[in-house]
Amino acid sequence: MNITEIKTVEHDVIVLGAGGAGLRAAIECSMQGLSTGLVCKSLLGKAHTVMAEGGVAASLGNADARDHWKVHFRDTMRGGKFLNNWRMAELHAKQAPERVRELEEWGAVFDRTKTGLINQRNFGGHRYPRLAHVGDRTGLEIIRTLQDRGIHQGIEVYMECTGLDLLKDKDRISGMVAMWRETGEFIIFRCKAVILATGGGGKAWKITSNSWEYTGDGYGMAYEAGAELMDMEFTQFHPTGMVWPPSVRGTLVTEGVRGEGGILVNADEERFMFNNISNRFAAETADTEEEAARWLAGDKDARRPPELLTRDVVARAIRKEVQAGRGSPHGGAFLDIATRRNAEDIKRKLPSMYHQFKVLAELDITKDPMEVGPTLHYFMGGIRVDADSQMTRVPGLFACGECAAGVHGANRLGGNSLSDLLVCGKLAGSGAVNYIQAVSTVPELNDEQAKNIIRSATNILNRDTGGNPYLIHEKLQELMQNNVGIVRSDELLGEGIQGLVDLWEEYANVKADGTSQFNPGWHEALSLRNLLVTSEAVARAARMREESRGAHTRLDFEGEQAAWLQYNIVLKKTEDGSMSTEKVLRDEPDAELMRIANLSIEALEAEVLREKDSTG
Amino acid sequence: MALRNFKLFRGNQNEGTMEHYSVEVDKGMVVLDAIHHIQAEQAGDMALRWNCKAGKCGSCSVEINGKPKLSCMTRMNEYGPEETISVRPLQSFPVMKDLVSDVSWNYEQNKNITPFKPDPLKKGNYIMMQEDIDRVQEFRKCLECYLCQNVCHVLRDQRQKDKFIGPRFMIRLASLEMHPLDTADRIPDVKDTHGSGMCNITRCCTDVCPEHIQITDNGIIPLKERVVDRYYDPLLRLFYKLFRRKSPN
Ligand SMILES: Cc1cc2nc3c(=O)[nH]c(=O)nc-3n(C[C@H](O)[C@H](O)[C@H](O)COP(=O)(O)OP(=O)(O)OC[C@H]3O[C@@H](n4cnc5c(N)ncnc54)[C@H](O)[C@@H]3O)c2cc1C
Ligand code: SF4
Ligand code: SF4
Ligand code: FES
Repeated sequence: MNITEIKTVEHDVIVLGAGGAGLRAAIECSMQGLSTGLVCKSLLGKAHTVMAEGGVAASLGNADARDHWKVHFRDTMRGGKFLNNWRMAELHAKQAPERVRELEEWGAVFDRTKTGLINQRNFGGHRYPRLAHVGDRTGLEIIRTLQDRGIHQGIEVYMECTGLDLLKDKDRISGMVAMWRETGEFIIFRCKAVILATGGGGKAWKITSNSWEYTGDGYGMAYEAGAELMDMEFTQFHPTGMVWPPSVRGTLVTEGVRGEGGILVNADEERFMFNNISNRFAAETADTEEEAARWLAGDKDARRPPELLTRDVVARAIRKEVQAGRGSPHGGAFLDIATRRNAEDIKRKLPSMYHQFKVLAELDITKDPMEVGPTLHYFMGGIRVDADSQMTRVPGLFACGECAAGVHGANRLGGNSLSDLLVCGKLAGSGAVNYIQAVSTVPELNDEQAKNIIRSATNILNRDTGGNPYLIHEKLQELMQNNVGIVRSDELLGEGIQGLVDLWEEYANVKADGTSQFNPGWHEALSLRNLLVTSEAVARAARMREESRGAHTRLDFEGEQAAWLQYNIVLKKTEDGSMSTEKVLRDEPDAELMRIANLSIEALEAEVLREKDSTG
Repeated sequence: MALRNFKLFRGNQNEGTMEHYSVEVDKGMVVLDAIHHIQAEQAGDMALRWNCKAGKCGSCSVEINGKPKLSCMTRMNEYGPEETISVRPLQSFPVMKDLVSDVSWNYEQNKNITPFKPDPLKKGNYIMMQEDIDRVQEFRKCLECYLCQNVCHVLRDQRQKDKFIGPRFMIRLASLEMHPLDTADRIPDVKDTHGSGMCNITRCCTDVCPEHIQITDNGIIPLKERVVDRYYDPLLRLFYKLFRRKSPN
């Protein structure tokens, strides 16, 4: 192979991923004068962000003037079971309103309040109506706005181009090798910094709301380049995925349905969430149907219905009903909005849900209840980064959005992802700008590294025989679903890890048929390494954490253990190529942040009120 | 479960054939599911696009039995049990491979549109009433599936991509022109560079839009009216008024 025949392109920075996080990071870099390349696997505008439905969380205080970053921060920490990175959760809550307003300045058109401000809706775990939204297509609005802003700013977009692996000059980042999906040709990017914004890895599971893109590429690439992964055991199972028909099992039903008043009932027509209110949230949750109804009608003194408890709680509750034989016909629970709101309201507030069920399940949600069950949805964990700069421990390598860890701790609140993308995307952009300003020389490319990356990619096509990549992927999904699912145990996880060892072996001999041109079989095979790194990291971290916290539930270790709150689990690649799993002591939290997070809601509301009064 | 017959285009811009496949189809499946099964079991290297599988991203556009559609939202039971289902890539754009066409031309068009320019005086305190943005929000529902671009005969049969920006971008222009905060003037461009005059209101675009956006009546015709208003032609204006459909609900 002659490396000089492969096209090399230079930029100051390469952003890998064009969802909300990647686009926001690229906009920041290019606004600050960097030559910016934006690389994505799909067409521009088709990233996961486009599918986000419910809204973006920010304490604008438009729908309830009591809102304030401190309350958003408190909600986020409590939702994350206090395992969030304190500083990140602080930055996120403080900066989200500014980032949302900025979108409006860039042309986004959010739904309005009666007085013409950005409207906000209720979501699980958020004290007030806090999610700025556009019906149930908020992600589309955000990605289009950023996309339109980005293309007019001189960002160079490389779409349908898959990043394979990173290049380094000694310790620091020097570039990336990628592959054009259409032609199968390789391309080398030479740059001073790379920002990973590749999203999560839900495709390792069978039942998931995620698309083909979510194969954990960022995790795999960062890991190979020497960066650390953190909190990987915290994989969020969203409580409400479709369960019927089988071909759409896992497709998301937005939490907005519950935000708009939807209730969960079992086969005995019992509203079972009332039996699942934990102590931590008892003081803030309605305990009668009557109170829940008052809340829906807008009574500010009424507490929120238990359907809006955090996702981990609701997902486990549904699972419990199904296991006890009180499930719906296809193994879920009933989600009913039809008896709560009139047909007109439902169609206006939840148009794409209406459409989705009508077409895919032949069900009219204005008349009948939906059947829903847990679906793998989101990675709280990911690449370990510094809170302020979003840089990994590899100089020049940054990560933001779903592929980075920290903001959400053990469980993410709905709507906090879109805000995270905007806040951390911008931070990563400025992080890269600052880093690049400080480096004096352009890092050197190492031909040998690039050759190795290309060779292992082409080997998959050139092998005479070998395993079918689709089947290996299917086996992996089966394994993760059964062994690293919504409830875990040492035994299940041990078996799972052993199963992964076997799959690694099969992967070593994977074979794709056909040529290099737009060949999904080959693309599938290329993503397997990243899926396996991701899966192994989740399984190992899950086995080490001997407690149940947030999205991580252990049958053999019930409940939160105070001792475990002091640790994050960090994974990295060791010299001999194996994965190390380590308990790492967390930093001491800032005293003021700790105080805010631990205040009672009444005390915090009073404090915020005083603050607002004194600033007028 | 039932065995169903498919004909799928295999090839590229220069050559290709409709290949026959049979596949077991489960209750509730959509066309995309069936193609995925064919891909996993019989044709590992067959190219196709998809992302959300729920009609939200506009990636999976193809022509099914000659009709441009999202394959993820087209149920198998729309077709008779004996019917062979033919799937081709979008025909108005160059074929890359199999069911994937090269839609990059569309991305180029967007770059030529004057971007949003908000009123600086209103900064920080944007008030917009819901009723004033309903129309803009209708246009912003666009998934960029390009089904409308694919059927518009100006782009498809007449191959006049150099003269007309196409329905998707006409509503993009309309969404900017009708945005309550926007201050830029795109009307001269709408007429000249973007070629609003090329559209002769056949409404084929509106008929295929999966988001049911009233592309022609709510977007293109009002833009044409603005052009006519600007360039003083009262007769033509009257013509558009008469031609406009009663707005459907
Ligand atoms: C159905 C659904 C509904 C949701 N609703 C909400 C909601 O209402 N509110 C909320 O806050 N969150 C919601 N979420 C979560 C949220 O949408 C995602 O977490 C978020 O969009 C992730 O954004 P991102 O920018 O990190 O990555 P993404 O938007 O997923 O983008 C990832 C990008 O990386 C690219 N990429 C990945 N690997 C490679 C590679 N190897 N080479 C090149 N490119 C690569 C992809 O092409 C893509 O452009 C929802 C998620 C789903 C699936
Ligand atoms: S109405 Fe105009 S834009 Fe739409 S298909 Fe007909 S000619 Fe094309
Ligand atoms: S206007 Fe409708 S048909 Fe055209 S690209 Fe947008 S969603 Fe598709
Ligand atoms: S796959 Fe997204 S619209 Fe069909």
